[in-house]
Amino acid sequence: MSDATMTAARGNPALDLLRRYGIWVIAAAVMIVLPKIFTSGAALTTMCLMGIMIVFSLAYNMLLGQTGMLSFGHAVYYGLGGFLAVHAMNTIAAGKLAIPLPVVPLAGGAMGLIFGFIFGAVSTRRAGTVFAMISLGLGELIASLSLILRGFFGGEEGITANRTKMLTLWGVRFGPQIEVYYLIAAWCFACMIAMYAFTCTPLGRMCNAVRDNPERAEFVGYSTQMVRFITFCISGFFAGVAGGLAAINFELMNAVNISGAQSGVVLLMAYIGGIGHFVGPILGAVLVVLLQVFLSDLTGAWMLYFGLIFITMVMFAPGGMAGLIMLHLPLWRRGTLLQIVPSYAVMLVPVLMGLAGLVTLIETSHHQLVKAATDGPAMKLFGIAYNSNSLLPWIVALALMGGGLYLGKLWGPRMADAYSDAAHGQDSNKREAGK
Amino acid sequence: MLELVIFSTLNGVLYGMLLFLLASGLTLIFSMMGVLNFAHASFYMLGAYFGFQLSQWLDFWVALFVAPVCVGLVGAAVERWGLRTVHKWGHVPELLFTFGLAFVVEELVQMVWGKLPVDYRVPALLDFHAFELFGTTYPAFRMFMLLISVAIFLVLLMILTRSRIGLIIQAALTHPNMVAMLGHNVPKVFMMVFGFGSGLAGLAGVIAGPALVTQPSMAHVLGPILFVVVVFGGLGSLPGAFIASLLIGLIQTFAIAINYSLGDALSAIGMARPMQGVLSDLWQVTVAQVGPVVPYLMLVLILIFRPTGLMGTREN
Repeated sequence: MSDATMTAARGNPALDLLRRYGIWVIAAAVMIVLPKIFTSGAALTTMCLMGIMIVFSLAYNMLLGQTGMLSFGHAVYYGLGGFLAVHAMNTIAAGKLAIPLPVVPLAGGAMGLIFGFIFGAVSTRRAGTVFAMISLGLGELIASLSLILRGFFGGEEGITANRTKMLTLWGVRFGPQIEVYYLIAAWCFACMIAMYAFTCTPLGRMCNAVRDNPERAEFVGYSTQMVRFITFCISGFFAGVAGGLAAINFELMNAVNISGAQSGVVLLMAYIGGIGHFVGPILGAVLVVLLQVFLSDLTGAWMLYFGLIFITMVMFAPGGMAGLIMLHLPLWRRGTLLQIVPSYAVMLVPVLMGLAGLVTLIETSHHQLVKAATDGPAMKLFGIAYNSNSLLPWIVALALMGGGLYLGKLWGPRMADAYSDAAHGQDSNKREAGK
Repeated sequence: MLELVIFSTLNGVLYGMLLFLLASGLTLIFSMMGVLNFAHASFYMLGAYFGFQLSQWLDFWVALFVAPVCVGLVGAAVERWGLRTVHKWGHVPELLFTFGLAFVVEELVQMVWGKLPVDYRVPALLDFHAFELFGTTYPAFRMFMLLISVAIFLVLLMILTRSRIGLIIQAALTHPNMVAMLGHNVPKVFMMVFGFGSGLAGLAGVIAGPALVTQPSMAHVLGPILFVVVVFGGLGSLPGAFIASLLIGLIQTFAIAINYSLGDALSAIGMARPMQGVLSDLWQVTVAQVGPVVPYLMLVLILIFRPTGLMGTREN
């Protein structure tokens, strides 16, 4: 925030409040209103999953984005939290424990915290590659153990629970999905606030220092190991809460939830969304869940698209979606955002061409290789019916891709110029050219 | 018992040598480029599938030479057009790039060759029993695998210690910046090492494919074990990787053969087995079941007590 806006905000307390808390009010309103707009059952389950994944990926980003710790085994805390929550629900249903369902995620969180404490003590002594490898080892260790210790993890089929057989609180039984949605939304909102608040605490700031320059952080007098350890525990707690929410939502926990694949998915979410900004993992979780739900309906090769999107992000936009949006913040401030719209529109042509070519190529090969044996070569894409064993679609696909690539290379620099004009002004550009 | 020891040792050494074929490439790539290559096991899988396809079209012996070269070219292309672009963002994006690549390769393999294991057979020439011991036969193809991997190990040793390019690579292991200062084309060396490492992994795939199962999950299963080998031996240390490969190969093979549990041990010394509680399973689990867990336990323990690994000198 520039000084001018700061003084303006300070001058007007109402505006200050709005600036500070407005975004949270909007977030809460969106969460409340969403199920009124998208009322279908599928939309509701999707939104429940989003809420869970938002908590999980934010917890993950506490490590990766905030403290610079790359973990390949964060599903351990999510999964353990979930399993404890399932056991807690079963104990409650058996009448041995008297806690209402909305508090059950706390049990998951406690489990995450305890194991974060145990594993954090051994793994956070080092940062960097060593930490990443220990997290991978621990993740695989627990994932393998989950198939061995059948008593707690229930083997391959997992452990089920029934959320309606709990103590009722104010007559809410959490039978229908909508009630579960509001429970998840409430927890999600609370966790979002808590995790955002954490970034503002001195400890949260020290995390950034430990990430950026551990040596200086040590010299200032902080123990980088302690900072990493505390953050790791807190992150484990929130991952456990997410696991507890998942247990309530699915009424089932199995070995998949604690596996390396789950750890991979949360990494993808945080990274695609953008690990450099608080909002990044939220965007990532929403996008990835949407992809998981809708892309898997559209095409059999959706995992391939998913991987390609991730690779593209890593190669060309390491800041993730949040990073791309934040690139345009200076333009918004200067009021030049509209100025670059035409050059973006022009760029849309090669991008769409390339995408259409790629999608045609993948879909046609997918059809030819996977489905043609049973369904025959006839297929339909973008509303056009054709045979996957004829040569034409392949030529068209390659031509589209080649054309898109060529035009993209040709026009790319022009778009970059337009962006820097809009961001830094015409004169600074000319000054650089004059040098 | 002697029979078990002999066959387990043979199989263990064989598995260990295969692991070393993969781990040597991985550790070379890591030492030179600082990239922990998550896709390395994917190149091994590609090798197995290329080998399968080529031996269907042509012949196993052609595949043995052509498939590793193809995989090596794919590896070099990945370095040239993928990793080199990501390099400027730093090490974490590089690692994530290979992570995504492993994902994509698995999907592509599933698309092209299907989700079920393919019928990759031992070539007819080697489809006989090498020897018989205590009434158990040992397939000749396994001896062939052992021979190939030992031969590759020796060739690798010669290249690294006796040739000029080997000297450059060795220098780059310990003093990467100095090597660049001396005017070697470091990106080109990177590309070559990456391609060569991938080719080695591909070769391991070609010879392991018929003996083990060639299926889309083979990379996913082997990948983490490979990291254990490289980290346990010490990042960037070839001798360390060699020792760790053999150790893990032997441990995993012997564990499968031992069918005792902690509970058995307790009853052997005259104590009652604990039967109750959530962790009661712990007493029933046999060593064979715990086998897959042991490498990860080793990884975690060595990283806690000796983060540089067995013979490593560098921490990062």
